[in-house]
Amino acid sequence: MATAGAEVPTPERRAGFGWRVAGAFIRRREASILVVAVLLSVYFSLENEAFYSSDNAKNIAETMAPIALIAAGEVMLLICGEIDLAVGRVYALAPAIVYVVSSEEQHGYPIWVGMIAALVVSGCVGLTNGVITTFLRVPSFITTLGMLFLLNGITLHLLAGTQVFMPGGETFQKIFGSQPDAYAFFFNSTFWWALGLVLAVQFVLTWTRWGLHTIATGGNLIGAAEAGVNVRWIKIGNFILANLLAGFAGILDSTRITTIVPLQGGPDIMFLAVAGAVIGGTSLFGGSGSVIGAFIGVAVLIILRTGFSIIGVSAFTFELILGIAIIASMIVNVQVARLRNLGRLQ
Amino acid sequence: MSAPGAPAIRVENLAKSFGAVTALVDVSMHLDRGECLGLIGDNGAGKSTLVKILSGFQRPDSGQIFVNGEEIGLRSVDHARSLGIDTVYQDLALIPTLSVAHNMFLNRELTGGLGPFRWLANAEMRRRARESIEEIGIRTLRSVRAEVAMLSGGQRQAIAIARSVHSGARILLLDEPLAAMGAKEGEMILDLIRDLKASGHSMIVVAHNFVHVLEVCDRVNLLQHGRITLDALSSETSAEELTDLVAAEYRAAKKKPGGDNGNDSQR
Repeated sequence: MATAGAEVPTPERRAGFGWRVAGAFIRRREASILVVAVLLSVYFSLENEAFYSSDNAKNIAETMAPIALIAAGEVMLLICGEIDLAVGRVYALAPAIVYVVSSEEQHGYPIWVGMIAALVVSGCVGLTNGVITTFLRVPSFITTLGMLFLLNGITLHLLAGTQVFMPGGETFQKIFGSQPDAYAFFFNSTFWWALGLVLAVQFVLTWTRWGLHTIATGGNLIGAAEAGVNVRWIKIGNFILANLLAGFAGILDSTRITTIVPLQGGPDIMFLAVAGAVIGGTSLFGGSGSVIGAFIGVAVLIILRTGFSIIGVSAFTFELILGIAIIASMIVNVQVARLRNLGRLQ
Repeated sequence: MSAPGAPAIRVENLAKSFGAVTALVDVSMHLDRGECLGLIGDNGAGKSTLVKILSGFQRPDSGQIFVNGEEIGLRSVDHARSLGIDTVYQDLALIPTLSVAHNMFLNRELTGGLGPFRWLANAEMRRRARESIEEIGIRTLRSVRAEVAMLSGGQRQAIAIARSVHSGARILLLDEPLAAMGAKEGEMILDLIRDLKASGHSMIVVAHNFVHVLEVCDRVNLLQHGRITLDALSSETSAEELTDLVAAEYRAAKKKPGGDNGNDSQR
C-alpha cells in the first residue's frame, strides 16, 4: 500500500492482532461469503451426490438469478440509506404489463413494445417511490410498504386474478428465457443476464461518480449535500434502478417458465434479496455494500434451501435455519458497523 | 462595479429566519483580501447560518452579498465554489466510509473514458491527494486509501481543509475548526491556518475559543442575537474584553429578556 508522509505512525490507532484479523475478514466480505458458499456446496455434495449434478446447478442458477437482480438494486438503495419493499410486486407487475401490451388476447403489439412498456412502468414506480421519499419526506419503509399493496392490486386487476401465458416468440424465449437444447455451462439465459447486470451494477458502484455519490449519500447525508452532491436525485435514481432491475427480473422469470402468475414474487423474493444483500456485506445503516457480495449471499441462501431439500431436511427446518442465519448475519452486520465507527477494525 | 481594492466578501443587511426562529436579524460585515477574520459569538447567535449563506448552502431572506466587489445572488454550493468560496463545515462533510482520496475529490471527481462512459480515475486522484496532503503538511496520515472513519479528529479537519484548498478556493470559511480537538491537534490546525494566510487565502474562522481566534486572526467580529455587535482588530482587543462583552450581554439578557446590549463597532 502506498503511504503518504509516513514518518510518524499513529500508535493510539494501532489495532490489536485479533482486530486486524477480524478486519481483514470483514474487508474481504465477498471472499469470506464465497468460502461459505463453497463449503456448503461441498458438504451437500458429500451428503448426497444428486446435489453435484448439472441439473441441480441449473436449478440453483435459475432460482437465484432473479433474486440476485433484485438484490443488486436493493444494495444500491441500502447504500444510499433507503429500502424498497415493493420490488417483489414490480417483479410481478412487469410481465403483466408485457401481457396486456403484447399478448394476442389483448393488444397484440410486438413483444419488444410490451417489454419497453413494462420497463417504463417499472421505472415510473421507482420514480414515484423516490419522489415520495425524498420530496414528501415519507420514510421509504412506509412509502414502499404502501406501494407493495397498491401494485399487487394493479397486477391482479390487469390479469383478472388468474395466471396467463407469457407472450413472445422462440427468439425472445432464447434471449430472455431458457435454451432447452444447449445450456451454456448448464445455465440458462436468465443466469447470464443476472451475472452480467450484477457485474455492471458493481462497476457503477465502485468505478463511477454515481456509485461514489451513492456511498456518500448513505455515509453522510448532510455532508454529501454540503459537498454539492444532489442527494435527492441520487436516491430517486437508485429507486428507479432497483425497480428497473426488479421488472426485468420478473420478465426473465415469466419468459423462462412461460407463465405469468399475479402473486409471483412479492415480499418473499424481496426479503430473500435483502437477506442476501446483508449476508453479502451491505450495511443496514448505509454507506457501504457490495453487489457481488449480495450475488454470493443470495447464492448461499439458495444453496442452503436446495441442499436441505435434496438431503431430505424438511422445509420447516430450512425456514428455521434460514432465520437463524439471517439474524446471525444481521448481528455481524450491525456490530461491524459499530466497530468501524469506533475505529477498532482496520 | 468590481473594484481592485474591493473586499473579498462584503454583506449588507443580511436577514434569515427559520420559521419562528430568527437566526440573522441584520448583518453587515466584510472580509478583506488576504485577511483572516474571526467570527465569534454564543451558541445560536447565527454564526453557522451566516457561514451557510456565504457558502451558498442557504439563501438569505433579504440583504446583499458582494464577492470581490460585485453583487452576487449565491444560488448554490457549486455557484459559490465557482467564485472561489469554499467551506469547511463543523461536521466536516466527510464521508466516513470513503477513502481519504475519494473524500478529497468528492463531487469534483477526476474521470477517464469516452463520451458518456466515464469512470473514476482512482490512481490519479490518489496521487494528487497524496501531493496536496504532503504540501499542506499532514504527517501522521499513513495512506490516502485509508477510510476517513479510521482517522483522528485533527486528521479529519486537516483533510477537510486540504480538500477546500486543493479545489482552488481563495476564500475559505472554516466553521469551528478547533471544536472537540486536543491541544496538540489544535496547534496543528492553527499552523495550517497561518500557512494558508501566508499563501494569500482570505478566511473567515468561526470559533468559540477567543484565545485561538486572537492568535491567528487579523480582525474579530462578534455576532450576538443575529447582529454584529463588535468589529475590532485583534491587536486592539483582548480575550478579556471579548469575554466581558459576552458576559455583559448574558447579564443584560437575564435582567431584561430579549434585550440586546450591543457594544457597537469601533471602526
